[in-house]
Amino acid sequence: MATFAIRRALWLLVVLFAISVLVFLIFFATPGVDPARQMAGRNPSAETIKNIKHEFGLDRALPIRYGLMMKHMFISRDLISYGSHTRVIPEILSATPVTLSLVFGAAVIWVIFSILTGVGAAVFRGTVIDPILMILALIGISIPVFWLGEVVNLVTQSRLHDFFLFSWVPPLGYTPLTQDPLMWFEQLVFPWLTLSVLYIGFYARVLRANLIETENEDYIRTARAKGLSERRVLLRHTLRTSMITFVSLFGLDFGILVGGGALLTEVVFGLPGVGLLTYNSLTALDLPVIMTTVIYGAFFITLANALVDLLYAWLDPRVRPA
Amino acid sequence: MAEPLLSVKDLKVSFRTEDGLVRAVDGISFTVDEGDVVGIVGESGSGKSVTMMSLMRLITDPNVIYEGEILYKGRNLMGLSQDAMREVRGEEIAMIFQDPMTSLNPVYTIGWQIEEQLNEHYDLKKGQARRRAIDLLAQVGIPRPEQRIDDHPHQFSGGMRQRVMIALALSCNPDLLIADEPTTALDVTIQAQILELTKNLKRDFGSAVVLITHDLGVVADIADRILVMYAGRIVEEGNKEQIFYDPQHPYTWGLLGSIARLDRPKPRRLTTIAGQPPSLINRPRGCSFRPRCPQAFERCSVEDPALTAKVGDGHLDACHLSVEDKRTRRDATIRPELAESA
Repeated sequence: MATFAIRRALWLLVVLFAISVLVFLIFFATPGVDPARQMAGRNPSAETIKNIKHEFGLDRALPIRYGLMMKHMFISRDLISYGSHTRVIPEILSATPVTLSLVFGAAVIWVIFSILTGVGAAVFRGTVIDPILMILALIGISIPVFWLGEVVNLVTQSRLHDFFLFSWVPPLGYTPLTQDPLMWFEQLVFPWLTLSVLYIGFYARVLRANLIETENEDYIRTARAKGLSERRVLLRHTLRTSMITFVSLFGLDFGILVGGGALLTEVVFGLPGVGLLTYNSLTALDLPVIMTTVIYGAFFITLANALVDLLYAWLDPRVRPA
Repeated sequence: MAEPLLSVKDLKVSFRTEDGLVRAVDGISFTVDEGDVVGIVGESGSGKSVTMMSLMRLITDPNVIYEGEILYKGRNLMGLSQDAMREVRGEEIAMIFQDPMTSLNPVYTIGWQIEEQLNEHYDLKKGQARRRAIDLLAQVGIPRPEQRIDDHPHQFSGGMRQRVMIALALSCNPDLLIADEPTTALDVTIQAQILELTKNLKRDFGSAVVLITHDLGVVADIADRILVMYAGRIVEEGNKEQIFYDPQHPYTWGLLGSIARLDRPKPRRLTTIAGQPPSLINRPRGCSFRPRCPQAFERCSVEDPALTAKVGDGHLDACHLSVEDKRTRRDATIRPELAESA
């Protein structure tokens, strides 16, 4: 198991390297595009362009250019956004905790509620509860997150803000956990709920389908023949084996969200996370930031992938390396 | 005579479907005495497995309808609550299933799965369940049980997994062991080993065994009494000698005739039973086997034959033919080479 983990970690490095090369090539070696002009932002001065050309060695060979870019990004960390004239790396580092807070909280909510909904629907199969839960799940999947977020804001921030239920809701924004935990929590409650709605619906449906499929397995019949209670059969046998798919999906979605996939939620709720940063850099065509967020996102997605593989081996002994 | 361990009285199991009521088991009665080995034979769809699943009340289909009585040690299992039934499952009546490849949970070690059953039924101290599991694995012939106990099912071969299933079934010393085609999914040499094991364990544990199979060779080896099922009913019942040497029902003849035997001159070809089993929704009038029976005559399509003793003690059959007719006609089906040479 340990060697498997090490092998997986090494593989992770290889993938990250490949992604960085790919991103580099897209930004610096696309034919017919002058990367210096691209990076300089809108209406650059001739001097800025000259500076950039020198900084990134744009007159030198490709491997050296790659090395210089990596150096600016990870070693000297002085990559500058020419749009906002700030350093990119500190900006991303300060945005990361915001995104992590948002995604972690939403993940807790969506895991708990999707398991409850999925198991509920599977247990009450054949009754009216099952279709009701599944229709709710489908509605959850179908609601666009930006629309839902705006409606939530409309209700909690303006229309019904004076109503006692929502009067506690603070203005949009983010307060670090270390600074004021209560404020942190209050500001994130609605973003969490909004972000998790889609995933609750999706995961509940996947889990229900898996549970029903597992229910027909021979080993579930064996479990019943052993004299186990229905509750134990459900939790220790049916649910346990159904969680394999659930967990692998979860790892990937979690990685994508931390890597900037929660963009819409962050924009709607004004959370200064990586998604909002990406959004702003995209609208401003701020190339250094886009480049860095792409690599940052790729890092989290591949990391999540690696973790899923390890978790998978733990959940399913059949894929465990001998 | 002492009270039988298990006594099934007029058991009917049917399923509500869109096309109508499927009568999978249509009024069967039999008894199993303590320590007895009863073989139930019949082709696919004859209701063997449904009968056994009903004994454990393991059918989860909400459209199932049970009728009749299943008396186990004098208690009617049909009237038990789910909780009381759980006490019976695994502890009093245990079951071995057909496919050992899929009958064990792939995500737990075999030790965990055996211990789970022990802990469910007994109040064991830490470590006791594990020691008992190791003993059981040794008894069913798993080499190095102390190490193999921590392996997962996928690390065992099919035969070894079936041994694990048997260890699991025997873990609480059940009085009745139901084996639902325990050797069907295994290759022939392993089949023989598993049957041998079943015989030895029956001796050591003293459990009664109900063995379901479509292979008469299997029951010939270990069964004391044999029930032949067709279309949800018992068509013939008797001890081993009666069924093999004096079979009364044309369906039994067909089954016997379709076995390749090495102890007799080689026939030109094996006989088969023509046709398909009848629909269990619209049973034909009269005898269910009539459409496939080469011996059928007028009475067969009018009157449903009852299961009665005609030739001897405990040898029952459901056929309208007279005993003499049966004895003169059956060789043509079972041993066509004799009939041809005669």
